[in-house]
Amino acid sequence: MVAISAKKAAGRDVRVPRSGKATPYLFLAPYLILFSVFVLAPALFGIWVSLHDWDYMLEGKPFVGLDNYTALFDDQSPVYGDFWMSMRATGIFTVFSVPFLVVLPLGVALLLNRPFRGRTLFRGLFFAPFVLGVAVVCLIWRLLLDPNLGLVDWILGTPIPWTTATPWAWIALVGVTVWWTLGFNAVIYLAGMQDIPRELYDAAKVDGAGRWGAFVHVTLPGLRPVALFVVTTTILASANMFGQSYLLTQGAPGGETRTAIMYMLQQGLREYKMGSASAMSYLLTLLLILVSVVNFRLFRTRS
Amino acid sequence: MKRYTGLLALAVLFVGPLVWALGVSFKTQTEATRVPPTLLPAEPTTSAYGTVFQGTTDTPVLRWFANSLIAATGHMLLVLVVSSLAAYALARLEFGGKKLMFGVIVGTLLVPGFVFLIPQFLIVDQLGWLDSLTALIVPGAAGAFGVFFLRQFFLGLPRELDEAAFMEGANHWHIFWRITLPLSRPALATLAVLSFLSNWNDFIWPIYVIFSPEYFTLPPGLSILQGAYTIHYPVIMAGAVLASIPVLILFSLTQRYVIEGISRSGLKG
Repeated sequence: MVAISAKKAAGRDVRVPRSGKATPYLFLAPYLILFSVFVLAPALFGIWVSLHDWDYMLEGKPFVGLDNYTALFDDQSPVYGDFWMSMRATGIFTVFSVPFLVVLPLGVALLLNRPFRGRTLFRGLFFAPFVLGVAVVCLIWRLLLDPNLGLVDWILGTPIPWTTATPWAWIALVGVTVWWTLGFNAVIYLAGMQDIPRELYDAAKVDGAGRWGAFVHVTLPGLRPVALFVVTTTILASANMFGQSYLLTQGAPGGETRTAIMYMLQQGLREYKMGSASAMSYLLTLLLILVSVVNFRLFRTRS
Repeated sequence: MKRYTGLLALAVLFVGPLVWALGVSFKTQTEATRVPPTLLPAEPTTSAYGTVFQGTTDTPVLRWFANSLIAATGHMLLVLVVSSLAAYALARLEFGGKKLMFGVIVGTLLVPGFVFLIPQFLIVDQLGWLDSLTALIVPGAAGAFGVFFLRQFFLGLPRELDEAAFMEGANHWHIFWRITLPLSRPALATLAVLSFLSNWNDFIWPIYVIFSPEYFTLPPGLSILQGAYTIHYPVIMAGAVLASIPVLILFSLTQRYVIEGISRSGLKG
C-alpha cells in the first residue's frame, strides 16, 4: 500500500510524503463527524421535517407532503398573513439598508486608503462596533434612542418614537445596522483598493485624470470583484436580519418590523411548529439563491 | 487637515455611543433618568457594578460571564483542532473524493445559517444537550469557515520543509505538528480570535437552546437583565460594558490579525 502510493506520487512528480491509505481520513475524521452531524444531517433532515406536520410537543408527526409549502401561498391558511408581512419587513429592511451599507463604507475606505499618521487607529475605531454583539449594540441604542432619556432626541430636539412607530423604526433599524457593520465592508473595500496596481494611477495621472477621474476610471473598475462580494454578502446579511428587530423594536409596531427569520424562529422554536417553519426557511433560501444569481449576472454583463 | 476633520467626526460617531454607554454605567439611577440627559456622569459611582456583580437567581451576571468565557474558549479550541487537522488533509494529502468533499464543505458556506437552526435544535435535543453549555460549544465548530480559511493558508506554505522532514523519516503527523502548525501561527491566531468573537457574541442560538438562567451566556443574559431592570439603565449598561470589555481588549490586541483575516477571506470568498 505504501509502495503504491509512493510510486503514484513519484509518477506524477509530486514529492508528497507517503501516507497510509487511512491517514487522510484520520486527519479528517474529527471534523467530518461534526460536519455530518451538525451541518449535513440538519440540511437534509430539515427537508424531511418540512414535509411533515411536525409539532415538537405532539407525539404524532403525520406526513403532509408539500402542504407546509402550499400553505405559505394560500391566503386562507393561518400562517399566510403573518408570513408575508414578515417577508415584507425583510424586503423593506434589505432594500433600504443595502445601498447605505454598500456606499458609505466605500467612502470610509477612501478616507483610509492613504498612508497617514494614526491610520491603523482610525481603522480600528471604525471597526470597533462590529466586534460587539448584536445584544450589546441594541441595548446601547435602545437607550440612545429612548424618546425620554435618550441622547438622540435630545440632540435633535425632537420627541421621535424611534423604536415604536414607523417609519422611525425602519430608520432606527437601518441606522443602527449601518453603525454596527459599516467597518466590516470598509476593511474589505480597503483591502481591495490596496490590490489595485499603483501604475494604473500613474497612468491615469499621465492621461490628465484628476482625483475624481482616477476614482471613476481606476478605483471603481478595480474594485468590481470586491464590490460583487460586498453587495452579495450584504444582501444576504440584511435578508438574515433578526437580532436588531428582536431586540430594538421587538417587531413593533404591530409586527410591522418583525422580519422573516424572526417569524420563522418564533413559529419553529417558540410555538414548535417546526414543519411549517422549515418550509419557510427553504422558501427563503430559494429566494436568496435567486437574488444572488441575478446579482452575479448583473455584475457579469457590466464587465 | 481636511482629512483629519472628517476622520475625527466619524470617530466621534462610531466611538461616542460606546463612551456614553460607559458613562451611563457610572451614573446614579437619579442622574440616568434626568432630563435633559448628562453627557458624562456628574457624580460617578460604581453602584451599578455592585448590583451586577452581586446578581440574583434570575440574573446571575457573573455566572453568565463565566459561561461566556467557557463556551467561547471551548468553541475556539475545538475549531482550531478539528479545522487544522481537516485542512491539512485537504491541502497536503491525496485521497479519493477529495475534490467532492472540499466542494461540499465549501458549498455549505453559501447556505444561509438560519436553515440549520430548527433541525440542529432537534438533533441537539436527541443528543440530550439542550440547556447545557455543550450545545453552545460543539455544533458551531462544524462550520466550514475554519477549514476553508486554514486550507488556503496551508496551500501557500512552502513544501521544501515538508520534503526535508520526510527524507529524515518524519510522517504526516510529525510534519503537521512540527512544521505546518508552527508556520501557521498568524492564521491560527486569526481563526482563534474570530471564533472566540463569534461565539462570545452569539445571540440567536443560545436564546433557543438554553432555558435555565444558570446556563445563559452574556448576550441572551443581557436581554433578561433588561427585562428585570427595565429603566435602571446604569445596571443595564454595566452589563453591556461587562460583555464588551473582553472583546474590545482582545480586538485592540489583535487588530491586525482580525482585520487582515477578514479582508483576506473576504477577497477570496
